[in-house]
Amino acid sequence: MSNTLLNVEELHVHFKVYGGILKVLNDVALKVNEKEKVGLIGESGCGKTTTMRAIMRILPWNAIVPKAKIYFKGKNIMKMSDSELKKLRRGSISMIFQDPTAALNPVFKIRDQLFDIVRYTNLEVGKNLSKKETEEEAVRLLREAALPEPERILDSYPFQLSGGMRQRVCIAMALASAHDLLIADEPGTSLDVTIEDQILRLLKQIVEEKRTSIILISHALGAVKGFVDRVYVMYAGCIVESASTSDVFREPLHPYTKGLLAAVPKLTGGGVPEGIKGRVPDYMNPPIGCRFVTRCEYAMPICERKQPRMINAGNNHEVACFLYGE
Amino acid sequence: MRLTTYLAKRIGYTVFVLIGLSILIFTLARVLPGDPARMALSPRAPEWAIERLREQLRLNEPLPIQYLYWLRDAFSGSLGESLVTRRDVLTDITEFLPATLELLLFALIFDVALAIPIGMLAGRKANTWVDNIVRGFAYIGVTIPAFVFAIIFLLVFGYVLQIAPTVGRLSPGVMSPPKITGLITIDSLITGNFSTFVDAISHLILPSFALALGPIAQEARITRSSVVENLNKDYILASISHGLPERRIILKYLMRPSLIPTISIMGLDIASLMGWAFLVESIFNWPGMSRYGIIAMLRKDLNAIVGVVMVTGLVFAIANIIVDVIVSLLDPRIRMIERAK
Ligand SMILES: Nc1ncnc2c1ncn2[C@@H]1O[C@H](COP(=O)(O)OP(=O)(O)OP(=O)(O)O)[C@@H](O)[C@H]1O
Ligand SMILES: [Mg+2]
Repeated sequence: MSNTLLNVEELHVHFKVYGGILKVLNDVALKVNEKEKVGLIGESGCGKTTTMRAIMRILPWNAIVPKAKIYFKGKNIMKMSDSELKKLRRGSISMIFQDPTAALNPVFKIRDQLFDIVRYTNLEVGKNLSKKETEEEAVRLLREAALPEPERILDSYPFQLSGGMRQRVCIAMALASAHDLLIADEPGTSLDVTIEDQILRLLKQIVEEKRTSIILISHALGAVKGFVDRVYVMYAGCIVESASTSDVFREPLHPYTKGLLAAVPKLTGGGVPEGIKGRVPDYMNPPIGCRFVTRCEYAMPICERKQPRMINAGNNHEVACFLYGE
Repeated sequence: MRLTTYLAKRIGYTVFVLIGLSILIFTLARVLPGDPARMALSPRAPEWAIERLREQLRLNEPLPIQYLYWLRDAFSGSLGESLVTRRDVLTDITEFLPATLELLLFALIFDVALAIPIGMLAGRKANTWVDNIVRGFAYIGVTIPAFVFAIIFLLVFGYVLQIAPTVGRLSPGVMSPPKITGLITIDSLITGNFSTFVDAISHLILPSFALALGPIAQEARITRSSVVENLNKDYILASISHGLPERRIILKYLMRPSLIPTISIMGLDIASLMGWAFLVESIFNWPGMSRYGIIAMLRKDLNAIVGVVMVTGLVFAIANIIVDVIVSLLDPRIRMIERAK
């Protein structure tokens, strides 16, 4: 049994908006072991990014966190002081944002932005780098992110780079501090498929080489298939299923997961993927019971009344669905 | 960086605009009713004397010819004789302009020193009591014109509390420093005359602050909203997630993009500042361009009218070029797009 690195329990996140409160994350729980590769899958708007922002403690100003326990190496991130948080962000966890264009400051050269990150992450471990050492380290990180001509990249503004390059710059920035856990929020989805594929392979190679854990977020199961060890399936702010990757593909339990799998485009089959009918429920007034009830073809009376708990269906395959008991 | 090309282009464009402005004001001043020659001389002046002055002023020539003469003189360093002072308008302007420039300069210093920190603070503390107070004041500052502030300051600080002088640039009995730049504060510093410097500052405070309040309010509001907008941008959250120190995030990564709209709007605020300066100068008896300009209008002193307008236009144009250069330094996208064109 390997050691637990990150353990999220009872995470609830709401957003205050004009006209009410969006109850987005509802009792999210997930666990990442050391050196483990974990996938977090769910369609757009189900709360994947919000979960990761809660872990990094970078939720937007209108977020409310009524309840959360987020343990990293046994310490509750929610209770960390500013300096502990700084240490965590500079030395342990790093996040690659969903949109690399938005994640880079438009008015500073990559040099300015990357140098600061390199300088402060090293300062945290007691190394006060000279300008030259900072540059060497920055170039090394860019090379690690498979960027050719790192010197030219350093001298560019974000808008002078292609989408793929920006994505790699963001990866390089994350590598400066992701010594334990890398969070990759749908890397490459904004790019074309071949580049997305390259990015995923690069990330896989990096985390396997550096033996760090990764949470890889995606809206499609197919994208993480050859990458992660375990998969969490998320729907409307709830984790609905968790299992090893092979189990999920062999025997998906939750009706939502089944729908997602049917939506994986088959290279041979062609045609439009089936998908799941309907949309994510309104977060202002989510269903009292199972949040998937409005779209579920197996819905039973109990699903309307009660929230399903995660139950173990054997072999560490967990599912939150009344079809498999209460 | 080809900032010089950009600058050259902007300057060329400005010359073009200024020539346009000169044609406009030259024509306007002449088509307004009233005969400048008759107004310049005493009402009892004989007809032949008036006719001679008209001849001298070339008022009998067609308008385009008159303009070309004016342009030729302007390029050789003369803006024509003032009918009121009987001196070259350029000489008059070099006498009165420094007082106005000094007033504007101090208004701008107040503006930059207050608007940006206040806006940043309100933005970072958005929707708290601090922000609400700032927004309240900003609302007042934007809606009330500068001359009203000037009158209030004059009454409250000048007459009731008597904590600051309200007339002119120096107290009676204080000697003006030798004229180097014409700005008393700078000249007194250069010549090491500290007490004159303090006296000049005390005279500047009320009028320049009255002038600055509007722009301060306007720019604080704009800074606030762009700070609020940028605080929620991914790149700021990313900087936090990388564990950068808070000071560095605010003073570098947040400040630079947030100031771009503020500085851009400053170009426009400088224009309105110059307009209001005329009224504020009158209220504080400030010996700047306003009295000269007003008398020129009333007496239909053609060359002086054109001269005052052109100098105002020139100051405005220079201020805007400076603003544009600062913005293009802050925002590489503007610089590069200009370059590509
Ligand atoms: N600051 C906010 N204010 C209000 N609502 C928000 C805010 N941030 C996120 N939400 C809402 O929370 C829900 C979850 O958003 P989130 O970005 O976590 O989804 P996601 O799973 O990452 O989706 P995607 O695949 O599109 O990135 C969405 O309905 C979104 O509109
Ligand atoms: Mg997302």
